[in-house]
Amino acid sequence: MSILTSTEAPPTGRARRALSGGLSLGGLSRAGLAIAAGGGWLLFAFITLHWPDLGDWGRGEETALAATLFGAAIILAGAIGVFHEPVAARLRRFTPWFLALGVFFSVWQATTAKFAVLPQPFFPPPHALVEVFCDDWSKLAISVAASIKLELFGFAAGAGAGFVIGVLLGWSRAFGYWVHPVMRLIGPMPSIAWLPIAFFAFPSSWSASIFLIGLTTAFPVAVLTWSGVASVNSAYYDVARTLGASPAFLVFKVAIPAALPHVFVGLFMGLGASFAVLVTAEMMGVKAGLGFYLQWAQGWAAYANMYAALLVMSLMCSGFVTLLFRVRDRLLSYQKAEVQW
Amino acid sequence: MVAHALKSSTGVEIDIRGVSHRFDLEGAPLPVLNRINLTAERGEFVALLGPSGCGKSTLLRLVAGLEPPSEGEISADGVKISGPHPSRVVVFQDPTLFPWRNVRDNVALGLEAQGLLKSRGARIEETLRLVGLDGFAKAYPHQLSGGMAQRVSLARALVNDPDVLILDEPLGKLDSLTRLTMQGEIVNLWRRAGFTALLVTHDIEEALLMATRVIVFSERPATIKADIAWDKPYPRHRDDPDLVARRREILGLLGLDASW
Repeated sequence: MSILTSTEAPPTGRARRALSGGLSLGGLSRAGLAIAAGGGWLLFAFITLHWPDLGDWGRGEETALAATLFGAAIILAGAIGVFHEPVAARLRRFTPWFLALGVFFSVWQATTAKFAVLPQPFFPPPHALVEVFCDDWSKLAISVAASIKLELFGFAAGAGAGFVIGVLLGWSRAFGYWVHPVMRLIGPMPSIAWLPIAFFAFPSSWSASIFLIGLTTAFPVAVLTWSGVASVNSAYYDVARTLGASPAFLVFKVAIPAALPHVFVGLFMGLGASFAVLVTAEMMGVKAGLGFYLQWAQGWAAYANMYAALLVMSLMCSGFVTLLFRVRDRLLSYQKAEVQW
Repeated sequence: MVAHALKSSTGVEIDIRGVSHRFDLEGAPLPVLNRINLTAERGEFVALLGPSGCGKSTLLRLVAGLEPPSEGEISADGVKISGPHPSRVVVFQDPTLFPWRNVRDNVALGLEAQGLLKSRGARIEETLRLVGLDGFAKAYPHQLSGGMAQRVSLARALVNDPDVLILDEPLGKLDSLTRLTMQGEIVNLWRRAGFTALLVTHDIEEALLMATRVIVFSERPATIKADIAWDKPYPRHRDDPDLVARRREILGLLGLDASW
């Protein structure tokens, strides 16, 4: 009997708790979804172990073992969730993704290592990536560290320069007279175009890359900081001036805080653009970092290493964006956050 | 009691001598004030009434020192006004609180700008209590109602012990109930502290309820049409027959006596 067609009164608080907490149809169907998700992972483990590989990849057993344990954990959590609402609530958020991933890994495994539906050796199986992470982690870690260092230095330099230029553009007519035309000329050009010049003009390819990443970051940060400072409500200045504010107070305590939401849009755009330059610079000149690792792996036709590096790179870039959003949420906590990254 | 929170200022005399002002609109000068002569005595509460856009708010900006007059001179106790000064604080129609500062830090703005935060920071809490906002020190502007925000902006002005409080339609955007409450509150604050008050308003009744003197301006470019001394004891009542008669008289001056 459906609740909608029933003429009975809606369940009271206690009755509703009994429905959601005890053995109910909803609870069982959720458990069913968890069993399916766990099953997907067990299937992946089974495919990995049962059919022989067409190529020579290691770490198959370890991959299957990990998938088995994970699948079993999902099923166990689903079973506990039938009786224990908090576990069910946490699991419910992720089960659809667990199920999709289990199916995805199974299909990936079958179409690559087992039946070679996807052309080999360009599409390595999942356990080939596991093999890379297990056996080449130190080289990957060194590459990530080098990329993070380069990105941090370049981004910080560009963000700082862009911010200062933006504030000065918004504040000083004389500065704007000289800098605005230069910025209009150079800013929109992709900074990668400077790469051949930069590599011989700078003492090292590393400092050249800092310059290129900085240039890429600085442009959007400068433009948005400038527009932020220029669009500050003039009534804020009137208020501050009647209260005895000095010009420095107007810049640092009125214009800059009022422009910060704009500045963060510029930082976000600059960060996104800087990743492209980072990877290009590493591929073209810097003998370190994930871009260099990708290049190196391609040279050896080590396709699994390339996919592993891509995965690490996406995590790194996403991590940088997450960090930026955290800083923004902290500094602009007075605003109601519109987008949850 | 919190009466001690306000220093007993005796206010200053604001002397407006032959002030004319023009705006430059794409090359064509737009005259807004035409040879205004007006002296606000120390501690007086002067209301400026006039048709919309007649230039009365501009006059307040000149008194605040936010702009220099095109002609003439304005002085405070005989000293020429050449720029803004925290002894002459403005409460604008919009509260214009800084959204990135909480209530306490907004009120602290003047003390911070003058480097007095250490020596006189204790006054912030007192002033917040004075406007009925103790307990809201940590709130952010977006969490406040319109009336509360305008009270914060009043506190932000009063914490500086102004000699002149310049009120540019401060209650113009509030709902009518909050408005009635705050009219009484502002008069009480003025009576306690003794500063000189200049109020621009569109509301004749508001002027007659609050001020000790009502100046009626003409259309732009503004000249003074009438200068009405209005020495009624407080609290005043809007249905007092004298007030009603004055209200009708001023409506006549504004050419609105036929309206209802």
